[in-house]
Amino acid sequence: MSGSTPASPTVNATTGPAREPKPVSLGMEAWRRFRRHRLALAGAIILGLMALGVVLGPWIWPVPINEIDFTARLQGPSLSHPFGTDDLGQDLLARMIYGGRISLAVGVVAMLIAVIVGVVIGAVSGISRGSIDAALMWVADLFLSLPQLPLLLLVIYLFRDSLKKYIGAEAGIFILIVVVIGIFRWMPVARLVRAQFLSLREKEFVEAARALGASTTRQVVRHILPNALGPVIVAATIDVAAAIIFESTLSFLGLGFPPDIPSWGRLLYDAKDHLDVAMHWALFPGGAIFLTVLSITYLGDGLRDALDPRRVM
Amino acid sequence: MTQPLLSIEGLKTHFKTDDGMIHAVDGVDLAIQRGETLGVVGESGCGKTVTAMTVMKLVAMPPGKIVAGRILWQGRDLVPLGPDEMRSIRAKEIAIIFQEPMTSLNPVYSVGEQIAEVIRLHEGLGQRAALEKTIEMLKLVHISNPERRVHDYPHQFSGGMRQRVMIAMALSCRPKLLIADEPTTALDVTIQGEILALLHELVADSGMALLMISHDLGVMARMVARLLVMYGGTVVESGPTAAVFARRAHPYTRGLYAARPRLGTPTVDGRKPRLVTIPGRVPELIDLPSGCPFADRCAWVVDACRAAPPPPVPVEPGHAARCIRLDAVEASA
Repeated sequence: MSGSTPASPTVNATTGPAREPKPVSLGMEAWRRFRRHRLALAGAIILGLMALGVVLGPWIWPVPINEIDFTARLQGPSLSHPFGTDDLGQDLLARMIYGGRISLAVGVVAMLIAVIVGVVIGAVSGISRGSIDAALMWVADLFLSLPQLPLLLLVIYLFRDSLKKYIGAEAGIFILIVVVIGIFRWMPVARLVRAQFLSLREKEFVEAARALGASTTRQVVRHILPNALGPVIVAATIDVAAAIIFESTLSFLGLGFPPDIPSWGRLLYDAKDHLDVAMHWALFPGGAIFLTVLSITYLGDGLRDALDPRRVM
Repeated sequence: MTQPLLSIEGLKTHFKTDDGMIHAVDGVDLAIQRGETLGVVGESGCGKTVTAMTVMKLVAMPPGKIVAGRILWQGRDLVPLGPDEMRSIRAKEIAIIFQEPMTSLNPVYSVGEQIAEVIRLHEGLGQRAALEKTIEMLKLVHISNPERRVHDYPHQFSGGMRQRVMIAMALSCRPKLLIADEPTTALDVTIQGEILALLHELVADSGMALLMISHDLGVMARMVARLLVMYGGTVVESGPTAAVFARRAHPYTRGLYAARPRLGTPTVDGRKPRLVTIPGRVPELIDLPSGCPFADRCAWVVDACRAAPPPPVPVEPGHAARCIRLDAVEASA
């Protein structure tokens, strides 16, 4: 139990009687532990740079993504096109920047959907036990046992056109992909949260809160949930990575974004027919996905260590 | 006598398990007056804690169930009250402190936030006023430098200090009754002394009533004016603490008293004698014997003991024991 952590070394052990020890919040403790994890720190920095790059990129590299120039088809990296060009002579750096926005946004939003749905279902299930718990876990098992890819293809095939018509191509497909990924990723989070709730709800501090007149909602929101969030945050980072991969899979199958909206996965899909003559076309988006997912995974690793209060480093 | 603050009449709390009904509390009567200190003593599994938890209605139901009896709080029966009404009684009227100070505080909030939460919840004070009150409460339980410690987290407090925080939290709404469920069991002896002294001082100063649960007779002698001895889910002896210790009317009280460890016991052949024990073991609370629950372990047992549960027999005014052989027990001493 975290309450019985050996006294934190920064506070009790190292400070002399003359120096006032500063109160250390859990967030500061976690940050201190996170900093020690070099790979995680590197991952966080790379991710930060990428996010900054895709947000500020269009100002630094103001080249349109759809300027067709047949005189410069399938060129390798050069000064005028740092990442080269595709078969229509469009600048790949500009398309990568634009695609990065979409890929990262898909990852984050799909994760948020999965985590919110998962936390709500897991919390309700874990606190209510009995038939509600059984029913919700049965639904989670049902979703886990569905064959995901065929179903995804079916859902996208069914809804893509109507969504496109009502909300527009970009927003419509974005929402569709994000919701579909979110709906297929909430079950692990729900199980995680439920397991946390089952053990936390019996903890003495929850009982103490109950004895002090806290309502069930208050016990859940104030006392149980914050203690259950550590593993959820870690699962969330991994979900971001999984969603990015999922999106590139969909785009690679031609079911994601249309060619005029380049995501990293879509760029890979477009590049596959020219691998022999223009390897750079596939390498840059592939490398970007690889680097992002790797960074996120290390970040999750570091967060897991940092948020586990039993670890005193 | 005026209306007691809390009076429990014939309370029975049972738990349904696969093996049958567990009669954890099987007919407990007790009454606490305003400002009175009452102790409940007994070995593990005799129903002390379940009694306290039932009063607060903190027993999980199901599997628990109040089968019979009334819990009268200032004349009002708590048994039929719903969760919302109970919430307004917890902390504000009756507060409880638990055995485990190490885990009773939420590790993700500073202790100040946790005390302030209770104050805001029940007293409706604003952030600032609640913080001031919190510091005042920490001062009351003798935590040094409370202005700074209020922002510290539970892991920065020792066990004794956490129990002080728990006490501060329990007292922050000025309850009329404090239930202390083995508040010092998890602490080492010197800290135990300090916490008991603090509780004693707070009870004396505030005029609040104390229901103290413990298996430690020494703690009881120091803390409470009246004592109940529980066994097998019932109260077997009750009376003024000094009188109970002096007479030890019930055979179980005798056994309990003889089994207490003592400092400075003379050694025999250079070795300390073994601790005295009560022969036999606590009855299974699933199928309690129909007569006296202590019959199987009692040296004075006769057939009549097993026939029917013994009624309370007065020993002296205000002191009674559920035993039909009190005279024989007394004569053998």
